[in-house]
Amino acid sequence: MGKLLIKPHRQHPLWLAFILHRLSGLGLAIFLPVHFYVLGLALNDQAGLDRFLHWSDNPLVRFAEFGLVFLLAVHFFGGLRLLALEFLPWSPRQKTYAALAVATSFFVTCAFWLNAV
Amino acid sequence: MLSEAEKPTAEFLDVAIWRGNAKRGVFHSYKVPQLENQTILDVVSYVQRHIEPKLTYRFACRVGMCGSCAMMVNGRPMWTCRTHVDRAMRGIMRGNPLTIEPLRNLPVIKDLACDMSGFFEKWTRAEGRFHPTRTRSEAIEAISPDSDARKAANEAIECINCAVCYAACDAVTGNKHYLGPAALNRAWTLINDQRDGGRNLRLSAVSGKGGCHNCHSQQSCSNYCPNELNPTMSITGLKRETTKAALKREI
Ligand code: SF4
Ligand code: SF4
Ligand code: FES
Repeated sequence: MGKLLIKPHRQHPLWLAFILHRLSGLGLAIFLPVHFYVLGLALNDQAGLDRFLHWSDNPLVRFAEFGLVFLLAVHFFGGLRLLALEFLPWSPRQKTYAALAVATSFFVTCAFWLNAV
Repeated sequence: MLSEAEKPTAEFLDVAIWRGNAKRGVFHSYKVPQLENQTILDVVSYVQRHIEPKLTYRFACRVGMCGSCAMMVNGRPMWTCRTHVDRAMRGIMRGNPLTIEPLRNLPVIKDLACDMSGFFEKWTRAEGRFHPTRTRSEAIEAISPDSDARKAANEAIECINCAVCYAACDAVTGNKHYLGPAALNRAWTLINDQRDGGRNLRLSAVSGKGGCHNCHSQQSCSNYCPNELNPTMSITGLKRETTKAALKREI
């Protein structure tokens, strides 16, 4: 009866879809201030921006960018799924839609990655 | 002749049953003889009859009709009378016991028996009561079984108040005022009852504090409802109807 990371009653696909949406939202919210800060640099501080762009050429940072694109994609498609669920007539294929949202996000992230390298 | 405790363990099931009261409790371990065909309720009854006469639990019909036997089995809410041990142990690692606890989200009275009164009060708060529009001296209104409203009501009507969905819902855990899936599902059946006259009263009741807009659409309720009802679908219906009514300033 050890402590489980995800409690048994939550171990079903649609709860996982919920938590993915919540965590990606949180991740994006944390990222936003940084995003605006860099935008600010672009406007006011050319040297600072260059330093930042140089830093962001670092492979690790490049790699993290894909994570960010994935967060954005997963939150976007997951959000569309939720809007459909709440506002369109009910469809029994909820698990399929959740899986589709994740699959599309992977696809978009991979496309971004292929474009970038 | 071997005594109960001496029989080979392979034929015994390791069971951990939560025992306690509203304040505290712990798991107690029991060994229950394994049968080929055995429900969780059989296991609990065996413990109460042969090992622990003071064990408190509820059941009545044993066939999934009354809704009184629900418990958390290996961390998931279910009817104990209609769940077989092999099904409950699926996916559980060898050597781990079968755990049985009282339902989540409800105060414990003793051992496996919860206080259901808060759960039932929420049905009343959600205006889960029929408001007749005709008296007994008038003719009964004919309702076509093919009408959309009747079909929507039918899909949600087979609820037996077992609180499995209520125990599965994290929105209930996070907000003690939240009416929960069962009460809202009930309200939805009445919204779709053409004979009912309490529509706006009910829409206000389910859109206020603790109302349908607290639902996060996680669908744990629909995942676990043993009657295969879909409270999430009913709640999205309520969300839409309450929003429309609010825009039209009817509520
Ligand atoms: S869908 Fe709504 S009512 Fe059902 S478990 Fe989730 S939060 Fe609770
Ligand atoms: S909706 Fe299903 S799980 Fe919830 S109380 Fe009714 S029968 Fe039980
Ligand atoms: S004992 Fe009646 S539903 Fe299980």
